[in-house]
Amino acid sequence: MEVKREPALRVRELNAHQLLRGNELEGANRPARLEGEELEQYVEERVLLTTLDKTVAWARSNSFFPLGFGLACCAMEQFHAAGPRMDIARFGYEAFRASPRQADLIILAGRVSIKMAPIIRKLYDQMLEPKWAISMGACCSSMGVFNNYALVPADKFMPVDLHVPGCPPRPEALMHGILKLRKLVQDDPDMGWRERYDAVGTEEAPSDV
Amino acid sequence: MSAGEQPPLSAYRRREQSITLSPLDEPIEPEEGGPDTTQELLTLNFGPHHPATHGVLRLLVTLQGEVVRDVKPIIGYVHTGIEKTAEDKAYWKVIPIVERMDYLSYYFNAMAYCGAVESLLEVEVPARGQYLRVIHLELNRIASHLIWLGTSALDLGAVSIFLYCLRERELILDLFELSSGARMHTRYFQVGGVIEDIPSGFERRLREFLKVMPERADEYGAILNSNQIVLERLRGTCPLDVDTLLSLGVTGPLLRAAGNPWDLRKATPYSSYEDFEFKIPVGTVGDNYDRFAVRLAEIYESVRIIEQALDGLPEGPHITEDRKVALPPRHELATSMEALIHHFKLVTEGFRVPPGELYYPIESPRGELACFVRSDGSSKPVRVHMRDPSFVNLQALSHMVEGAYIADMIATVAMLDPILGGIDR
Amino acid sequence: MPDATGLELLAQELGDATLETVYFRERATLVVDSAQIRSVLTTLRAKGYAFLASVHGVDHYPDEPRLGVVYELLDMSRVDRVTVKLRVPTDAPSVDSVTPDWPTADHQEREVYDMFGVLFDGHPDLRRILMPEDYEGYPQRRDFPVGGEPVIFTRNEAKWLEGRE
Repeated sequence: MEVKREPALRVRELNAHQLLRGNELEGANRPARLEGEELEQYVEERVLLTTLDKTVAWARSNSFFPLGFGLACCAMEQFHAAGPRMDIARFGYEAFRASPRQADLIILAGRVSIKMAPIIRKLYDQMLEPKWAISMGACCSSMGVFNNYALVPADKFMPVDLHVPGCPPRPEALMHGILKLRKLVQDDPDMGWRERYDAVGTEEAPSDV
Repeated sequence: MSAGEQPPLSAYRRREQSITLSPLDEPIEPEEGGPDTTQELLTLNFGPHHPATHGVLRLLVTLQGEVVRDVKPIIGYVHTGIEKTAEDKAYWKVIPIVERMDYLSYYFNAMAYCGAVESLLEVEVPARGQYLRVIHLELNRIASHLIWLGTSALDLGAVSIFLYCLRERELILDLFELSSGARMHTRYFQVGGVIEDIPSGFERRLREFLKVMPERADEYGAILNSNQIVLERLRGTCPLDVDTLLSLGVTGPLLRAAGNPWDLRKATPYSSYEDFEFKIPVGTVGDNYDRFAVRLAEIYESVRIIEQALDGLPEGPHITEDRKVALPPRHELATSMEALIHHFKLVTEGFRVPPGELYYPIESPRGELACFVRSDGSSKPVRVHMRDPSFVNLQALSHMVEGAYIADMIATVAMLDPILGGIDR
Repeated sequence: MPDATGLELLAQELGDATLETVYFRERATLVVDSAQIRSVLTTLRAKGYAFLASVHGVDHYPDEPRLGVVYELLDMSRVDRVTVKLRVPTDAPSVDSVTPDWPTADHQEREVYDMFGVLFDGHPDLRRILMPEDYEGYPQRRDFPVGGEPVIFTRNEAKWLEGRE
């Protein structure tokens, strides 16, 4: 029995390799000479590597290992998000890890006091790349209900990928936030209302932390 | 070192070779001329981030092998300055601030504060408001005990109990959402009563819940009470007698587990608790198992109280009729000029409280929760202090775990039921 | 609560330690001399108030003496509460610690020290309990600012964001 090979794929691979080596091509599929950025784009569109990137991003986004880290009231709603009704296990995120070395998503659930901030920073530094941070609730996204001497918003000492507003946010809101993060990790950030109202370009000044 | 010649074994090493699994009764004294056995003490940091510390509690544990010699709790990692923030706000705006203190028993925080302000104002809460308050307080007690049970069982290794308890808690939070619109921190209690009357489906759903809850509590008891590991870890571990507990200021289920039936709902009834018939579960020995059993039994008693309150729910206003304290109902704003003026004054400035100070204690799921409010005649309080039961109960931890194994310490911290939001405020 | 006459009898027993008695909303308060707080609490314990429910601080700014410490006592057998208050000025904020007699006051006096700056003589371990150990200032005093982050609206955006890009 003859094994039929898919000819186009082999040809595409060959072309890419030969292009990278800078050789002249033989055969019908002979693209024009490309340089620099066009070459990069040509290769990116065609070589198998892109699909691998996408696959890795898909795998990473569907298997966040959250760090089991609850500070205050938002932790109660985080429990409920992991609970039987609003089950995050159906998305694959139920494996809460106790150690930051094994986790890749830190959900800051609750208010961050000035005593706790350096410890959270240490935890975040101990996590291995790639890692993401969700700031859950009003208290760590901004100061929340308590605008006083004792709290610090999470943006001030660590980079946060996603903020979930609410006091405390419902488990559904936390799920919505985590799913948005999932899309972000799949390299498809959800611009949300900015797209709907054509408001791209109105982002606030980035903080210099 | 030549072969065959070994250094003399220290008392510690000799003891190590005869393994018994009972905690040491007295510390090992260093012997004369022997190796320095104080070097055997290990200080371990049970950091603020730990799966078993029920929040951001930091424990500095001094261990001799696996036996705990001393434990020093370090707190302050979720200090929010609630009391300072409350000084800056009108009286009714303090309610959401103070609710977020002990974040599992939010209605109790609000009740203590509202009770203090109502006593200062000498305002009467109508009977229907009081009964609605009791219903919500007891529902919150059950919800708090469910999270306690779930997280404690999680610490002991019984993971599925956590999910079962969350299932019941979802039912309770649905009821809260039905009555006030929010699942947690509902700001349902206002000074003078409750903000809104219960909607029409509330009673039916509450009765369904009350039918289901005792059966589920039976299930939890059946699972945990016949589990060898749970019983071995809880029975006989870390008892503390009543006198030490009283000198440490401990109240609530911890004190009741040791045998003292002190409960503010019976001793100094507030908010019409004297109308209801319920028992106080009391333990005998005061070990971890008694603390667990007392809290589990309290769930049944709370169900009884809610049933009686629902059966006897009187008709009438749900908040005081005094328009200087409580907002008038919306439909009055269209017809009455005074109602409009009262509404405006209350929303912009808030009511003024005559000068004085007051300490108002209630029985929260963890013990005596009290609110101290000092007013100077203006519309903002001068000092709001919450006497949180977990803050005082935490001092008993070092007394409880002396001489116990580190695994018993985990179980004791779970049975202590600390809520760091209340401890740190 | 002891009623008004009971309160006066109690005050007479304590003698010169009592500076003032207040009976407000059916609750009894004794304002005592800050130097004699331990003996006052011991006398009250002998009278049956054996449970110290709470120790907390108050700032009476701008009245002097400014810092106040409030002790709430409870008699479980007669279900009776009484409040004991004392006041100390900011320049000499020392009070005898009652922790040796009442172990429950340990963490609570540390909190009063942390928040108000009242120094308790004889306390076994007087350190800050809620704020970081090296924090300066006593947050709950009335003249300590509330602090916090500024809320940036579009009207004051330029003021807070100047210097950034």
